[in-house]
Amino acid sequence: MVSRGVFYFVTAALFLVGLCLIAYQHINFEVPFIPGQERQLWTVEAKIEFDAQLNEPVTVAFALPAVQPGYSQVKQSTSSLGYGVNYVDRLGAKYVEWTRRSASGAQLLFYRSEFLADPEFNGSSMKVPPLRQSVEPEPYATAIREIAEDGYSHSADPFSLTVQVIRALTVENESNSLLKAQYRPTELVVKILESAGVQAREVGVLTLEDGRRNRSLTERVAVFSGSKYQIFDPLSGVSGMRSNELIWTDSGASVLDVAGGRNARVSFSMLKNGVPSTQAGNLRAEINRAAGAELLSFSINSLPIEEQSLFKNILLLPVGVLIVVFLRIIVGIKTSGTFMPVLIAMAFLQTSLTVGLIGFVAIVGAGLVVRSWLSHLNLLLVARISAVIIVVICIIGSVSLFTYKAGLTEGLKVTFFPMIILSWTIERMSILWEEEGYKEVFKQGGGSLFVALCAYLAMDSAFIQNLTFNFLGLQLVLLSLVLVMGNYTGFRLSELKRFKPLAAQIKSYRNGDEKESEHHRLKRELRELKADPHNTLHRWLHKAPYDGSARADTNTAQEPPADPAAPSPAADAEAKNSASKEH
Amino acid sequence: MKLLDSLKEQTSQAVSRLRGQIAGRYASPLDMTQYGIMGMNQRNVNYIGRYNRRDLFPLVDNKLLTKKIAAQHQVKSPTLIGSLQNQHEVAGISELIGAHTEFCVKPAHGSGGKGILVIKGRDIASGNFIKSSGATITLHDLERHVTNTLAGLFSLGGRPDFVLIEELIHFDNVFSGYSYDGVPDTRVIVFQGFPVMCMMRLSTAASDGKANLHQGAVGVGICLRTGRAVRAVQYNLPIHYHPDTDKDLLSLRVPHWQEVLELASSCYDMSGLGYIGTDIVLDRDKGPMLLELNARPGLAIQICNNAGLLPRLRLIEGLFKKHRLTVTQRVEFAKEHFGVYEA
Repeated sequence: MVSRGVFYFVTAALFLVGLCLIAYQHINFEVPFIPGQERQLWTVEAKIEFDAQLNEPVTVAFALPAVQPGYSQVKQSTSSLGYGVNYVDRLGAKYVEWTRRSASGAQLLFYRSEFLADPEFNGSSMKVPPLRQSVEPEPYATAIREIAEDGYSHSADPFSLTVQVIRALTVENESNSLLKAQYRPTELVVKILESAGVQAREVGVLTLEDGRRNRSLTERVAVFSGSKYQIFDPLSGVSGMRSNELIWTDSGASVLDVAGGRNARVSFSMLKNGVPSTQAGNLRAEINRAAGAELLSFSINSLPIEEQSLFKNILLLPVGVLIVVFLRIIVGIKTSGTFMPVLIAMAFLQTSLTVGLIGFVAIVGAGLVVRSWLSHLNLLLVARISAVIIVVICIIGSVSLFTYKAGLTEGLKVTFFPMIILSWTIERMSILWEEEGYKEVFKQGGGSLFVALCAYLAMDSAFIQNLTFNFLGLQLVLLSLVLVMGNYTGFRLSELKRFKPLAAQIKSYRNGDEKESEHHRLKRELRELKADPHNTLHRWLHKAPYDGSARADTNTAQEPPADPAAPSPAADAEAKNSASKEH
Repeated sequence: MKLLDSLKEQTSQAVSRLRGQIAGRYASPLDMTQYGIMGMNQRNVNYIGRYNRRDLFPLVDNKLLTKKIAAQHQVKSPTLIGSLQNQHEVAGISELIGAHTEFCVKPAHGSGGKGILVIKGRDIASGNFIKSSGATITLHDLERHVTNTLAGLFSLGGRPDFVLIEELIHFDNVFSGYSYDGVPDTRVIVFQGFPVMCMMRLSTAASDGKANLHQGAVGVGICLRTGRAVRAVQYNLPIHYHPDTDKDLLSLRVPHWQEVLELASSCYDMSGLGYIGTDIVLDRDKGPMLLELNARPGLAIQICNNAGLLPRLRLIEGLFKKHRLTVTQRVEFAKEHFGVYEA
């Protein structure tokens, strides 16, 4: 066992080092404690994958994000081993171009850009496209012309025309299905608008969601009226942009062109960070300056975006764990499975609280019903758990399916629940039900949910998310707190209730023939023992005070004399012998 | 001004009401500390964590190992008829049982009485086994039970298990009427070889024949000096009569008391674990026998004895040269200091 001193020293050191790290970051880099004082900085990373063809020069052209109101691009960089990189401007469209003489096998290129959400920024790279002459073959040309003419007569300006066209396309008829089979939705809308004499173009839009990976661009239509334009969704006809949508391509050209490669695909991952308002100002000033120097010195920020968004969740876990430790050790809430509540809380973060709670109760409830039937089959444990896992997956599948069919897309989020953990929860609760009755199941299930709820509330708070992500030192502080709590030997809150009758009884009754409360007597005896160990012990064992005259007595007793000074080795050996004989 | 005064009065009333409610429901931690009531964290950190070596836990968790070391140390425990460790041995179970008509089949890693099969006799004509409930089972049923046990149906976490077949214990008649359809066992907490506190757990109709206190079994605190009942408790509250049999619980007196304590005390030398609960049964013919050990004994024993564990444990911690004392001396010490009734 490590001595207490070392333990407290290590704990204090961890705590102080953690605090110092936090203070250092706060003072040196102005990392704020409160997330409200910051601007959103979106880091978007595009990952381009393709298979290079052998012995052929490779040219990859990737469209750069458009300049647009609401977002200012702070910096951009590429990561591409063995490729030449060039930023080019081709007919008003900006590209980053990677070139290489020859490459083979799977290739991976990265483009990374940071955007500052900036309501004051008003620039735009969107240009009014020239009106193209329609050269579609029959019968498509006629069908396009019909929709265009019909829409034109029912509308007042290019924007209402667009709404009419999109609405006309939702009708299920022969000519529409013919057109939809031939053209992509955006392409079709653009062609119809152009045949009605309205300038329009396809744009690629990226929806920014914190911590998402493997996203792709969604296609929209930009419709122009003079120098103004509006963005339309070609399927729903909804116009306008939401604040978290970013136009990536606005030139009508493709987002990715690969010469000398096959199976090219691009996927985006993104991450939201807070930067202090003051720093946001600096960033804006530096937009035109050459990028390269790391502006924000968080260590996590130097990782690739995909890993960063993973870390964002991982760094929250200790907060949840701390809450579990607190509620179990200090409060004494019973949970089923030690850290199950934290994992459930993590799932709640992905879904939303109501959906999560309903989903959890529904899945566990349905699982328990199925599991009670399984227990009649007398299966072995591994098979039983496996059966429960499959049942849980079926439940999750059917919940998503039914809610989706019923028009509730929220239901799809139940897939975020950790299935193996849920299965174990069901298994444990079912055993508990059989052994201890339903009351205990509700107690532990309710306890687990309560702990999960507390952990969720803590981990969901923007304040705590900001702290855990920006201050790595906080992890050390959390660790030291967990260590301290692990050393807590006081009562749990639940024990104050459990032992309430006992405390009341000890206070008011005395056991058997006792003349003095036992705790008083034993404490007094312990004091006597501490004050004069040898004599007291001797008196207790032989019921006579120890002094020289008692020596004769002790020799006849089975116990060798308790020598107050240094017991001789011989006496020790004798003692051991007598002890072993006794056993 | 009047308004302010009445407001003040109201708030002070509300505060005192709230305080009363809290005091009615929760004990003061200061009182509990003064009485030396031990909490879960205290037990885990300062007693189990400090005095029970992790590598010795298997001796206690595996009943077969417990039995082996008990035999080595001449600690009495129910006679082992045989044990099965592998599936292929199941076929030979009838040879193993031989002429025994009364026996008990147990999982080595079981807990809470799960998977224990008690056979009271054999049908001479068919060779079937008669369970304690009177139902008969065939040899095939018995084999299936053993197979399930070996596969881990009754063990914690479903680990592969062993099977023990023991001679049946005939409960001492003194206990008739004290327990409703179940096994009365004596739990002695032994700290560094000193018996510290003792209780008997009596099953009731509410506890469904199980000796689990939180399921409604009756706990009877036992005076260490005399073996007499100190106090009987059900659902944390004192009772006087057994809820099913109406027997006066406080008249309970455990026979062979000295032997029980010495048996419990010697479990320390046998297991090496500093803080254990020993479960002892009293056989009509053979006297006290060790049923099993528990390295994480519960805290409800304090409620049954109307006393905290800590003053007793601290007195023993204050002793020096404890290892020199013999079993008899340790028992004498415990009787002298932790007794409730005068002899």
